Parts: sequence; structure tokens; C-alpha cells
Amino acid sequence: MSGPGTTADQPANFAFSAENVERARAIIAKYPDGRQASAVMPLLDLAQRQEGWVSRAAMDHVAEMLGMAPIRVYEVATFYTMFQLKPVGKHHVQVCTNLPCWLRGSDGVAMACRDELGIGFGETTPDGMFTLSEVECLGACVNAPMVQIGDDYYEDLDPDSTKRLLKALRNGEKPKAGSQTGRQGSAPAGGPTTLVDVPAKQGE
Amino acid sequence: MLRDQDRIFTNLYGMHDWRLAGARARGDWDGTKEILRKGRDWIIEEMKNSGLRGRGGAGFPTGVKWSFMPKTIGDRPHYLVVNADEGEPGTCKDREIMRFDPHKLVEGCLIASFAMGAHACYIYIRGEFFREAEHLQHAIDEAYAAGLVGKNACGSGWDFDVYIHRGGGAYICGEETALIESLEGKKGQPRLKPPFPAGVGLYGCPTTVNNVESIAVAPTILRRGAAWFGSLGRPKNTGTKIFCISGHVNEPCNVEEEMGIPLKELIEKHAGGVRGGWNNLLAVIPGGSSVPVLPKEICDNVLMDFDSLREVRSGLGTAAVIVMDKSTDLIRAITRLSRFYKHESCGQCTPCREGTGWMWRVMERMATGNATVEEIDMLEDVTRQVEGHTICALGDAAAWPIQGLIRHFRPELERRIKEYHSARSGRAA
Repeated sequence: MSGPGTTADQPANFAFSAENVERARAIIAKYPDGRQASAVMPLLDLAQRQEGWVSRAAMDHVAEMLGMAPIRVYEVATFYTMFQLKPVGKHHVQVCTNLPCWLRGSDGVAMACRDELGIGFGETTPDGMFTLSEVECLGACVNAPMVQIGDDYYEDLDPDSTKRLLKALRNGEKPKAGSQTGRQGSAPAGGPTTLVDVPAKQGE
Repeated sequence: MLRDQDRIFTNLYGMHDWRLAGARARGDWDGTKEILRKGRDWIIEEMKNSGLRGRGGAGFPTGVKWSFMPKTIGDRPHYLVVNADEGEPGTCKDREIMRFDPHKLVEGCLIASFAMGAHACYIYIRGEFFREAEHLQHAIDEAYAAGLVGKNACGSGWDFDVYIHRGGGAYICGEETALIESLEGKKGQPRLKPPFPAGVGLYGCPTTVNNVESIAVAPTILRRGAAWFGSLGRPKNTGTKIFCISGHVNEPCNVEEEMGIPLKELIEKHAGGVRGGWNNLLAVIPGGSSVPVLPKEICDNVLMDFDSLREVRSGLGTAAVIVMDKSTDLIRAITRLSRFYKHESCGQCTPCREGTGWMWRVMERMATGNATVEEIDMLEDVTRQVEGHTICALGDAAAWPIQGLIRHFRPELERRIKEYHSARSGRAA
């Protein structure tokens, strides 16, 4: 696999760990007989969780498991943005810069990431700790601006809290996901204007 | 204002237990068996009578959509597919349902599937919503363990399985036929319609694709009655809706309100008002990035429902209200959306694949003023050539924000062009 977003430095082989073989079996069982190709995205995701990225060997392995032509798997792997076709850092920092985040200061968040990490979008720190990416809307718009790191969302950011977050990750800490200002979910910052009564059964 | 007892999503902010015990305490899974016992026809008729229109953006009547499924199950199984691929910029409501009220969705999946003769349902959730998928999977596991889904679901005699399928980060998969392609293990490229999914959908079988919110409100509608839901809002625009208010407001938030609430009231009551006060408002995108922007003078009075917003040549879409105050560079804002659509075009149809890139590049020049006034007309013309000329609505969605900008803010575009050229000629002199 070569071309933009990929790497020529590919491992020769890929195999799922014993644990992931079991997981893969459970995933394939979700789909009707003969429709196992439906499992291609979940299996590529599983490979990425094991390997850190999706190598060509992993794609070939998934193709073989699912009885798909390798090209069909390559098509899927290159179509969806969540599949990383070259190694990424331990922490993949994905900054949303779409309109709702931009209106709330995502430029400042992106700048804070660049300053703190010393890299730009699409780059990885030399120590392999961080990769910085610009992404499209992640669907947390009323908690903007926000970033996704790994599987977690960090919301209601500003440049200072962004830097604090990255420092904590660098120090091996596990910062609390969600709102960084302590907001309750997507309620107004000053407290809910609705749902103030104790929740009774509906209609009572 | 909507009373709390008429709100469906009573754990919208995650203040209470989202698991089965908490959900039951809030009324979920209450009498589900009795609802199923009333039969498919009753459920579909009740959904039609409620007036519920699809909450994913297009606003098609949900009950009518359900009625398109074959009445009898032939040799091909029926499927319900739930569209949880939430990604329309500004929209973040399905996420809250799935992480804080997941049982409403799971119960809705059972009822809707039963009504459409489906023994299996796939919930296609955007891949980035990893934690939300965890909550939802936990809720599904609880429902299986409690006999609410699975064999003889709720003791109804109906066998029902529900599965989560995580996406891979492609906005286009929110389009129902692209979603089906993706679920089948392919690139998410929309299919030509007809045939419609109700005839030929997932694996070539009859399929209905519904938005998360549409499915999650169904159990409450059926428990409290179509008349109750229909009494809220306005004719043909009934019920409640989760609004996502983002951008330049003092307190961005999600809130469930009555359909037809005035935009100004929505923003001032729940989102703490526009930053700097209502008079500091420049424009609002009222229904997610795909719908045309509205200038303040329309925002002053417009009501938030499908037909009211259509009358002012915009749309309710997903009810994602993106507020922009007078500090906003609106041309730059719309340019950002153009870049989004260029990024998300699946590349299948030429007008969209080429047009989204072309429109974005011209918008980039419009944002700096490095254009001519005639090019505004040319840009408008190109949006009309993309709109309606593609398999799916992404081409339309890319065209409409630009059309809205030109319709309401053309003087601003012209002013920027003039400033750019006068600055250059000033330097030259």
C-alpha cells in the first residue's frame, strides 16, 4: 500500500491474538450466514486496536477471514477516516475545527496543541507519544470546542485546559474525559432550565 | 414552555441512572408487552396519528414510512436499521440519547421492528461514539438478560435481536442507502432510488432506516397516546424535539422543547441568550450545517418547525441551531462548511465530486475578497447545477449554505471584494 496517508514500511505478516480471534468470531456471528463481509469494518477496527494502525497485512488477513477479495477490503480501509494506514502516536489527538467548534475557539485549541506538542496537523512527535490531526464534526457541538483522544471526548476546552490535558497525558496521567469545565453533560453551564423536578414516571 | 412532565428524554443530561433500573424508574419498558399485543396495525396507525415526522433531518412521517414495509413476511427477512451515524455539524442529540437514555432506543427498536415484521435490528452508530456505543451495548445486554429482547421478547412471542454496528468516520453514511452499503461491508456510497429500502434494502431485503430520536420517542408516544403527542406543537409539526443550540450563545446546550417554539424564545430561555444580547445577533443556521443560514430579521420571529422554516427557505433539519453573533466572519463560516462537504463527498456523482471542490475553492477566494462580483452569480449558478443532480442529498447540502449566504448576505460578499481590490490598487499606487 502506498500513496498519501499510507506508508511503504509494512510488516510482512499479521495475525489476530487468541483473544481477538474470539472477539472476531463474536462479531462475525452478528451478521446472517453468507453476509460476513458486514464484519469488515469491525474487524479492521479490531486489527487497529491490536496493531495501532491498519497494515496491508492486516487488511489481507481480514479479507481472507471474511472471504473477500483483498481489493474490497482496501476500498473500505481507505474510504473511512478512522482507519489509520500508517502508525500513529500513542495518543491520537483529533481536533474538531468544524463550524460549531470554530465559533467557540477551536483555532485557539489547535494552536495550543501545536505549541504544546511542537507539531502540526498530520504529524507525530519524535518520541511517538502524540499524533495531531484535524477532523470534521465529532457530534459534541454544544460542548464545543472539543477534541477526541483515543476513544474519549474532551469538551468545553480553551487553550489553557487543552495544554493541561496534553501535559497530563504526557505525564502518564488519565485525565477525566468529558467536559473540562465540569458541566453536567450538555446542560446549560448555569444549570438545567428544564428537567428540574425529580424524574417521575412519564405522565404522572 | 413545555412542561417537564411532557418531556420524553427525562435523563437528557445524564443526571440520573441510565441503566435498566433507572430507565424503568423513569417509565421505560412499562407495559411494552401490552403495546405489542395491540398489534402491528394499531402501532403503525397510532404512529401515523401522532404526526411524528422523522427526526433525522428530512421530516418524513415516521408512521407512513413504517407502513411502506410489506404487510406479510415473504422469503426475505425484514430489517430495522437505526441511523445513529450522527455527524451533521451542529447536531449532538442522538449522542445524549444513547449515552443517557439508551433504553428508550432499545425499547423503540423492539416496538418498531415488531410493527414492521423485523426480527433483527442493526443500530449503525458513528465509530467515534465509542463510549456511547459502550453504554448502548450495556443497555442491550441488560435487556437480553431481563428477557425484554431476544427470544420471546417481553413475553410477546416475538423473537427479536438487536445489534450495534460501529461506523468508520464517514459523514455520507448518514444517508440511508450509503449506510446500508456500509453495513454490508462496502464503501458508503449511496444507492440510486428506486428501489427504495422498504422493497430492497439491507442484503436485498425489506428495510426501514430511522433516526435514533424517531425510534426513541416511539414507546412514549404509544404509551401516552397519539393524541397527547399530537396536542404538542402545531398541525403537521407535532410533538417535542431535542434542539442543539451551539455557537455564540451564553450557555450552549441541548434541550427538549415543543415543536414550533419561537427561535428567539428557544435561545433566550435555554441557552442564556445570544452573546452580547439579541441585537448582537448576525445570523442563525437553524437545522444543522446543511440548511440555509437566516439573517437576524427572520430569526426575530421565526418558529422552529418543519413548515415554518421551509416558508423562510431554510429547514428544521436536525434542529441543530448554530448561532453566530456580529463578530462572526460569516463568509469564512460558510467557507468552512464548503470545505466539510468537499471532504465528505463520496466521489460517486460528478456534480458533487467536482462541484464541492470547485465551490469550496471559490468560497476561499470569496472569504478573502479575491474574486469578482460576477463570480458571485457564477457561484450561485453552479450551486444550482449541483443541487438536484446527484444520487443523494449531499450535493444539495453543499449547495444550500452557499445559496443562503448569497440570498441574505450578498452585500457583504460584494463589500469584501471591493475592499480587497481597493487595498491592492492602493498598494499599487
